[in-house]
Amino acid sequence: MDYPTLETFLRIFSLQDHNTRIVLAGACAFGIAAGLIGAFLLLRKRSLLGDTLGHATLPGVAIGFLVAYAAGHDPRSFFPLALGATLSAVAGIGALALVRRFSRIKDDAALAIVLSVFFGFGIALLSAIQQLPGGFASGLEHLIYGSAATMTSADATFVIASSLGISLFCIALFKEFSLLCFDEAFARSSGWPATVLDILLMSLVVWATVAGIQTVGILLVVALLVIPPASARFWCDGMGPMAAVSAVSGGLSCLLGVFLSALFPKWPTGALIVLSAGSIFAASLVFGPTRGILIRSIRTRRAEKNLRREHLLRAVFECAELTEGSVPLADLLAKRPWTRQQMLAEIARLADRGLLTCPPGNDSVQFTATGLSEARRLVRNHRLWELYLIRHADVAPAHVDREADRIEHVLDRRIVEELEDILDQRSHERLVPSDPEKSQA
Amino acid sequence: MKDTPLHIDALNVAYHRKLVLWDVGVTIKAGRTTAIVGPNGAGKSTLLKAALGLIPSASGKILFFGGTLRKSRSRVAYVPQRESVDWDFPVNARDVVAMGLYRRIGWCLPVRSIHRRMADEALADVGMADFALRQISQLSGGQQQRVFLARALAQKADLYLMDEPFASVDAATEQAILAVLERIKASGGTVVCVHHDLETVAGYFDDAILLNMRVVAQGPVGDVMTPENLRKTYGARLSFLDEVATDPARATPAAG
Repeated sequence: MDYPTLETFLRIFSLQDHNTRIVLAGACAFGIAAGLIGAFLLLRKRSLLGDTLGHATLPGVAIGFLVAYAAGHDPRSFFPLALGATLSAVAGIGALALVRRFSRIKDDAALAIVLSVFFGFGIALLSAIQQLPGGFASGLEHLIYGSAATMTSADATFVIASSLGISLFCIALFKEFSLLCFDEAFARSSGWPATVLDILLMSLVVWATVAGIQTVGILLVVALLVIPPASARFWCDGMGPMAAVSAVSGGLSCLLGVFLSALFPKWPTGALIVLSAGSIFAASLVFGPTRGILIRSIRTRRAEKNLRREHLLRAVFECAELTEGSVPLADLLAKRPWTRQQMLAEIARLADRGLLTCPPGNDSVQFTATGLSEARRLVRNHRLWELYLIRHADVAPAHVDREADRIEHVLDRRIVEELEDILDQRSHERLVPSDPEKSQA
Repeated sequence: MKDTPLHIDALNVAYHRKLVLWDVGVTIKAGRTTAIVGPNGAGKSTLLKAALGLIPSASGKILFFGGTLRKSRSRVAYVPQRESVDWDFPVNARDVVAMGLYRRIGWCLPVRSIHRRMADEALADVGMADFALRQISQLSGGQQQRVFLARALAQKADLYLMDEPFASVDAATEQAILAVLERIKASGGTVVCVHHDLETVAGYFDDAILLNMRVVAQGPVGDVMTPENLRKTYGARLSFLDEVATDPARATPAAG
């Protein structure tokens, strides 16, 4: 393959080509709009619908072409094709609704049926077009695989205007769409016209699909509706941030794809855009700060470390309850199933944090003041939970992070007081650590 | 009639030709808490959903405060079953509670700080003030239930329809929900709960509706929760249908 020269490189990145500028503007605008509407599509669990709609546009595109041809217009101009695509996608949604209503076929099968039947019909029409004199077929194939590079400024205007429209709708109806995606029944019960909102959302998806045909093609348009929001979910936990990150990621995918295809003109732009989106997804999967693989493994490791720290502090505390003051290493080793080396390493770590002191030469450890109050808090929490599980947990509290959640946050104040009373009564058996925050107050 | 929060008459609901509710007639009294009790598949949740128009009903009359639901929409709040939504959704507790204010905020306008404050107050009412910013997937089941309750409280309604709020929640949540029911009642509000635990019905609620496709009995818990009524509600489905078939006089709901 031909590698681009430095000169081409500079020309492309300084946006000297009028054509590159147009394609870039159109594609990025579409990427942003698709990322926004895609966020709702993903959260409504309708991602496959995007795929079905993309495929369902093909017969409309072909019919639009044939009608324009019969009327004597240039059959490759975008507008009859866009109109045909829209009507065809709407017909696809209609067919889907019919299959759902009059059969008990599950959603995934219904989507697959509509997708394949419409696409098959489209392919049949395409072969009819290929037999027309004039050799138009190649123009239509572009629409299947996308051909951002051949975008004219009229096309770009349509794509940019559509993207702007879609984005404005998404921003204006942000709260309504979020509610619809999260809890449709509640939306209805509180008086929102959920059906209207649903139709509006689906119409925007159709609009985005049609606008994206030129950029990424019928087959791959779903990629920009699904991959950017899926990537965004690894970066944030809020609806607003997620939509924003999704839009940026969609725009960035298109930017990268267009630059790459300008550098390597033989490669189709649509495919490069989708591959860029896929790379961003892969990077998010690994490095995403809220759900990425890396952060999750770090969190797991940290939790294990905290658990070890907690175990040791409790072991020292329980030994100190008996011996008062310094605790011999041998006692601790008897309490925890750790090797001597692991134990020493853990003690050193706690000593570094100023929780324990180890008098030199002497195989024993002692609490510092902070260490003692921290250990007290841990043991108290632990014993209250222990007691709770024994006495009250007819319904075990699921998902309780026993280390992070203070017991008062999870359990009723009354129950905690009751548990504390029981612990106090038992205090002659073993020292009950008091709540360090209370004793300070 | 205007004072009756919810009156349902001769309601029939069918899923795919199979009748789920059969000539159900229910009157909910104002300022009281009512439990809808019955076995699995008796149509308890369906009754709430049909009343709210979330599922179509074959026939019947439903009156909220003596009129259509449309007229009293702002006076009615719904707490769906916790399992009905995806708790992995990217929102925090406060965002969910604010959804109860969306109608008041209106089309296209954003949630402002005053609404966030109102949402936080509703969260405090269910003992969840410290969890406003926590991602909802990080909450325990009981805490999620309390968030749903807070969302309904934020609507400041007169009638609350709750679908299994006590289902598998921890002790703290149970106490919090009971406190909320008391508070609603004290301010003149009305609560209807789908409830699954027979043992607690008498302790938690004023009135009960025993439901199994049709209403077996309704009224104050003391009058309704008799062994005879419970046997009719929970007894083998077949013998129940036999009884109806052989005794046409009983085919109409026992109470009205």
